[in-house]
Amino acid sequence: MTAWLLTLIEPLMPHLSIAPILLPLLTASALLFLTERRSRAKAALSLFSAALNLGVAIALFVWTAQSDDRHAYTVYQPGNWDVPFGIVLVLDRLSAMMLVLVSTVGLMSLLYSVARWHKGGVHFHPLFQVQLMGLSGAFLTGDIFNLFVFFEVMLAASYGLLLHGSGPARVKAGLHYLAINLVASSLFLLGAALIYGVTGTLNMADLAAKIPLVSGADRPLLHAGCAILAVAFLAKAAMWPLNAWLVPAYSSASAPSGAVFALLTKVGIYVLLRLSTLLFSPEAGASAGFGSTWLVGGGMLTLAFGAIGMLGSQRPARLAGFAVIVSSGTLMAVVGLGRPEVTAGALYYLPTSTLGIAAFFLLTELMDRSRSSDPGGRGAPEDEEDHLPFALAELDLARGANLDDDEEALIGQPIPASIALLGLAFICCTLLLAGLPPLAGFIGKFAMLSALLALPAGVDVSTIDWLFLGLLITSGLFALIALSRTGIRFFWTPLDRKAPMLSTVEYLPIAVLIGLCAFFTVRAEPLMQYAQRTAQALYEPHGYIRAVLSAQPLPTATNVDRLGLPRTEVPQ
Amino acid sequence: MEIVMAIAIGVLTTCGVWLMLRPRTYQVIMGLCLLSYGVNLFIFSAGRLAVDSEPVLVPGVATTLQNYTDPMPQALVLTAIVIGFAMTALFLVVLLAQRGFFGNDHVDGQGDAE
Repeated sequence: MTAWLLTLIEPLMPHLSIAPILLPLLTASALLFLTERRSRAKAALSLFSAALNLGVAIALFVWTAQSDDRHAYTVYQPGNWDVPFGIVLVLDRLSAMMLVLVSTVGLMSLLYSVARWHKGGVHFHPLFQVQLMGLSGAFLTGDIFNLFVFFEVMLAASYGLLLHGSGPARVKAGLHYLAINLVASSLFLLGAALIYGVTGTLNMADLAAKIPLVSGADRPLLHAGCAILAVAFLAKAAMWPLNAWLVPAYSSASAPSGAVFALLTKVGIYVLLRLSTLLFSPEAGASAGFGSTWLVGGGMLTLAFGAIGMLGSQRPARLAGFAVIVSSGTLMAVVGLGRPEVTAGALYYLPTSTLGIAAFFLLTELMDRSRSSDPGGRGAPEDEEDHLPFALAELDLARGANLDDDEEALIGQPIPASIALLGLAFICCTLLLAGLPPLAGFIGKFAMLSALLALPAGVDVSTIDWLFLGLLITSGLFALIALSRTGIRFFWTPLDRKAPMLSTVEYLPIAVLIGLCAFFTVRAEPLMQYAQRTAQALYEPHGYIRAVLSAQPLPTATNVDRLGLPRTEVPQ
Repeated sequence: MEIVMAIAIGVLTTCGVWLMLRPRTYQVIMGLCLLSYGVNLFIFSAGRLAVDSEPVLVPGVATTLQNYTDPMPQALVLTAIVIGFAMTALFLVVLLAQRGFFGNDHVDGQGDAE
């Protein structure tokens, strides 16, 4: 199947690699011309574009999945400038994988929103498309300052999406979210300026080539710059103690926004992985492995914080927020460990946990609505209302209850189909988030842990590794306890109201997201091989650096002299 | 000149951080503004400070940084100013919405805590 797809893509490359940025941008601009009253047309255009975006992402994924070097790195020069000076977009296996993830979760959240959320405020669709553009851009860019710009695009859209639907809870969480992200952006700029001041470049590949050459006197300054930059990413990736904003913000956001926000923390992780493997590879001289201890420690603290937070939350949306933190903490620690085999497991774990959390975010809203007294309301539940969804007093026998021979109440009643479907989705999410077999969450964790313990003979497993292993397993147990408790309270209690209406448009995205995780389980072997090749390429950054630095701009009338090409090659 | 620049950045950042830790939304937004000024000056100074030199190449003058000032941080700072400006405007809107909902300007919407 891939053969005809490759022949189809061949003439479009390398220009197809900028499509994940241009397509949402153009769609967002086109959507602005449609008035809010034409919501059907807007939804149709937005969905069509998101579906097309998914197609493009899959095409790029298939392209990079080829085993030869020509396909592994695609360098695109949007401004046609020479490499270290102009902005470059770099498509490699990791970014292709993230693009597929973004477009899948994006399409499914959009489909979910079409049921009701997209009418909850103005400009939902343009904001959503800009969000997709920012995310794709952050995964594609090969330049730190360009990364800042895409970060800001992504954040600006996320402020709008967080406030979508309005209400006191969202505005309050939104204000905090905005303030912390503005500070993080300032830190980003400080870090980028310091790095530029020391090395004179902001191109990631060029930086990787220049860092070994930095003089001893300048190296502390470079390290300070990298550390400040890392704080900005760590705030985005929700490392403890920089993550207090996350749970209130994500849990008060509308469900489709929450599902997309599950991707935002992964941008932080992606950048950490990309920069730590490029800039602090073993060739970086005195800078090799800079900051990895902090990442491991911070990641494990974050993991512990998230697990305890899950145990202490009652409302499903808050549980989902803490699940994001657990997933982030796990990935951060793995990035810090810096071992290709463990990272391969993490690269398998990353998409499955993101899909699982996104499905859970969508599901939480349906669960909340099934218990809400105002099922049509679009308000965010207040944080202070993080109580049980029902009072224990409700469990007392009603007067005149029907008693059986042993004088026990006959509570049994048929479960409505909608509740059964919600419950089924909830069980799947629980299995995914807690990392239990048979779904993909288990395989991801198992791959990480078995790689952690598979050391060459004579090398002992270090205390840090044991600690990480213990934390990962305990966090799974805590997630299981917390989710089972919530599930019992939501699904196994008598419901006075009539069963909630479940629309296909809202249930379908959840089913597809969970179905994808099942697909990850069935096709675990080829996907794991892809993850292993990706991890190997990450820890041998020569290929990336060479591909970027050897990229040549296309000859045009204005640059032909500089490139030293004969005049005849210039297209007229 | 370096010392003047360093003091300016330091004072702006200090005031910005102090204001940002205050409980009123208006103080926070002023703090964010001052902080972004400090950051912008810092980016500007990352290209080394030079007096009376321009970033545009002049024919006949050797193209080294001794004769010119680095144009790159100036381009970066321009982008940062535009983005920072837009974000401050957005923050202002959320600030007003918060005031509309809670009837006060406390960052947690909790009334007069001072």
